[in-house]
Amino acid sequence: MSSSTDLGRPEPDPTAVPSRDDRPVSDRGDTVCVIGAGASGLTAVKNLREAGFGVDCYERETGVGGAWNWRHDRSPVYGSTHLISSRPFTQFPDFPMPDDWPDYPHHSQLLSYFERYADHFDLRQHVWFGTEVVRVEPVEGDRWDVTTRSTGGYGPERTSRYAAVVLANGHNWSPKLPRYEGLAEFRGEVMHASSYKDPAQLRGKRVLVVGAGNTGCDIAVEAAQQASHCWHSTRRGYWYAPKYVLGRPADQVNDTLLALRVPLRVRQWLYHWTLRLTVGDLTRFGLPKPDHRVYETHPIANSQLVYYVGHGEITPVPDVARFHDRTVELGDGRRIDPELVVFATGYLPRFEFLHGRVLGDEDGSGRPRLWLNAFTAGHPTLAVVGLVQPDSGIFTISHWQSVLFARLLTLRIARPERVAAFDRRVRAGLGERYSAKVKDSTRHWFEVGHADYLRALQRALHELEENK
Amino acid sequence: MTSERVRVVRAWEWARPERPVRREVLAALPEQEEAKSPLLFVPGFGHGAWAFAEHWLGHAADRGFPAYALSLRGHGDSEPAPDATLRAYTHDVTQVAASLPRQAVLVGHGAGARVVAHAMSRYPARAAVLVAPVLGGWGTFGAALRRNPAGTVPAVFGGGLRLNRRQLFSRELPDADARRHVARLGRAGRRAQWQLLTGRQPEPAVGRPPVLVLGSPDDRVLPATALTRAARRYASAPLLFPGMGHDLMLDARWREPIDAILDWLDKDPAPTPG
Ligand SMILES: Cc1cc2nc3c(=O)[nH]c(=O)nc-3n(C[C@H](O)[C@H](O)[C@H](O)COP(=O)(O)OP(=O)(O)OC[C@H]3O[C@@H](n4cnc5c(N)ncnc54)[C@H](O)[C@@H]3O)c2cc1C
Ligand SMILES: NC(=O)c1ccc[n+]([C@@H]2O[C@H](COP(=O)([O-])OP(=O)(O)OC[C@H]3O[C@@H](n4cnc5c(N)ncnc54)[C@H](OP(=O)(O)O)[C@@H]3O)[C@@H](O)[C@H]2O)c1
Repeated sequence: MSSSTDLGRPEPDPTAVPSRDDRPVSDRGDTVCVIGAGASGLTAVKNLREAGFGVDCYERETGVGGAWNWRHDRSPVYGSTHLISSRPFTQFPDFPMPDDWPDYPHHSQLLSYFERYADHFDLRQHVWFGTEVVRVEPVEGDRWDVTTRSTGGYGPERTSRYAAVVLANGHNWSPKLPRYEGLAEFRGEVMHASSYKDPAQLRGKRVLVVGAGNTGCDIAVEAAQQASHCWHSTRRGYWYAPKYVLGRPADQVNDTLLALRVPLRVRQWLYHWTLRLTVGDLTRFGLPKPDHRVYETHPIANSQLVYYVGHGEITPVPDVARFHDRTVELGDGRRIDPELVVFATGYLPRFEFLHGRVLGDEDGSGRPRLWLNAFTAGHPTLAVVGLVQPDSGIFTISHWQSVLFARLLTLRIARPERVAAFDRRVRAGLGERYSAKVKDSTRHWFEVGHADYLRALQRALHELEENK
Repeated sequence: MTSERVRVVRAWEWARPERPVRREVLAALPEQEEAKSPLLFVPGFGHGAWAFAEHWLGHAADRGFPAYALSLRGHGDSEPAPDATLRAYTHDVTQVAASLPRQAVLVGHGAGARVVAHAMSRYPARAAVLVAPVLGGWGTFGAALRRNPAGTVPAVFGGGLRLNRRQLFSRELPDADARRHVARLGRAGRRAQWQLLTGRQPEPAVGRPPVLVLGSPDDRVLPATALTRAARRYASAPLLFPGMGHDLMLDARWREPIDAILDWLDKDPAPTPG
């Protein structure tokens, strides 16, 4: 394989005859299939190659980088996106970002980082770009039939049989849109944050931003500077944490406390206390009081939101009750008249190429039930990589998930009997959480504390090694 | 190299990143791109990138390898860093390695080999070469004390480790050259020097790099037994270049060891079993 985009897929091997519905299946032997060439897919390809596996990676877009590639239609990044987690934890643990980069690099730097990662480890030769996975089906012997076609649905479908599959398709690209009474009649412009790219989209307009995840807060801050008016609607109070505390990136201060093994309750108390000293009492500005402790909702890292609220450039408002043709009615009965409504209400995971039950989603809610957010019962050759929402960066976690999976596959060849023990471990741990108690919301399905999570993963890795 | 297990939770590294510094990197590139892995030479304590620029960089480039050498912080033309630690040196190596266009071969000389051993746990090197490796521990100190008491004792009290030209070079090297090189020697950070003796052993390497160990049985810094022991840690035997001094890259017969390294790389050594 030299340049996969030019050569197209390997032709099915007619001598290998397995077939599905009379269609030939090309047997790829011991090769592992990776779905997606975002950060998680790339690190899976690298770590599987490093362990000696052949890899076919399918990517429906034309480049690497996933969410961080702003050229991609489904990229959720907007012009001003910078990391919310600072460099030391965010970078891959074996491929540091340049140390002369800022603490919180810009999204274009992230893209160049992933492109350099792909080139450095010569990963592109394993990626079939412009190829979308449409079906993944388990077959006998813990193997998988993966059906693909060119993105956009042109050309025939092709099916290949793999020894194992890594799902690295990301979970921040399918917008979650709340339903409201009257929304269809609303005459103003409505968009989900995923289509927000440039502050020019806000300029001079009366803007309502719904949701206070990191996206909602970033957009509200931009609206404060660009729009003629900005309302920011939240259905609860939050802790708006600055990006710097005590003169250092906030996540590094938190990691210092973790290094000192300070218990969660004490960290929460220290955090509340630091926020009280710096940010102060937010109810003074009309923001609701948080209905939870820090770390019980996904952390917000935004130094500017409170600043603009304090300057009257952002008007905090409660939850939206319903829409009318020209106005929006709020939970407290007030009516406002935005010209543009931006729903920064987050994203939902989607695995439409796979039967939900394979990932333990028995009730059809779309929520997988996994161990370590990665392994599913009864399918020892399947792993999900990157299905986490950490209180810090995600790439280190994706890296170790794929290292663990590569070790597991290696062990499967050397000591097949050990795999049953791992499966028992998976079953016992399905649905395990690695975070503080979190508020019930789809946005917290995959919430993990990065240190708690990695400790659990490290234990799993050591258990595997001990039994080598 | 050690039986220690992979460490996933690295809270101090996340909490306290190394201070960025300006680093000197010298390069010699082949005239024609041959798709060979780039080499990154890591000098030992007191040496800078200059030690490789003298012969090895150019020679490697002539044989088709993109060749780079860095000066660890506080050495050569890199930024001064009197408080440097082994972790800071390791950071310098992984920073430069990750900035190269492709997966690099790390070549460490002297105590630079110890730094490379640490870097191998933080960067999946394509391969590693340890040249006259001073991997540290009290044995290193004992040997240094026996062979060079006047140069070693001050180091115990935070002074610089002084190496003389008879330790570094064979008698074949013209005196003028030997003097010129010795005059360029600097010194490592006090803490790093101390950590070479007392610090934690390197964590296991990532990415299963094949490792080559070489040196001279007549090295007057590193005893032959230490060389054999170092090689054994990586499950191999050392390649020997009798008659040469500790600074194989500067000694009169500098061409033999570098050719042996490049021959080994040309054979495309296989990853170590996982
Ligand atoms: C605005 C914003 C800011 C963020 N900031 C941070 C941050 O500061 N730090 C952090 O760690 N994380 C951040 N995140 C989270 C972000 O999702 C991750 O950083 C990262 O993008 C996850 O990588 P991934 O590879 O898992 O998923 P993605 O980047 O989404 O990549 C998935 C890839 O799979 C491909 N794919 C999907 N389905 C198929 C299919 N059926 N067939 C073929 N290919 C397919 C997609 O095209 C895509 O390239 C942010 C997210 C958003 C929305
Ligand atoms: N700069 C950056 O690096 C950056 C920027 C943006 C995003 N991100 C990351 O990207 C991921 C997604 O972030 P996100 O902000 O897009 O989504 P998110 O974290 O899921 O936040 C969604 C917000 O919308 C609210 N919401 C959801 N459904 C609602 C409904 N039906 N009615 C009213 N409000 C509703 C949520 O409230 P509840 O809390 O009540 O559920 C929450 O405030 C996160 O991991 C985030 O950290 C990073």
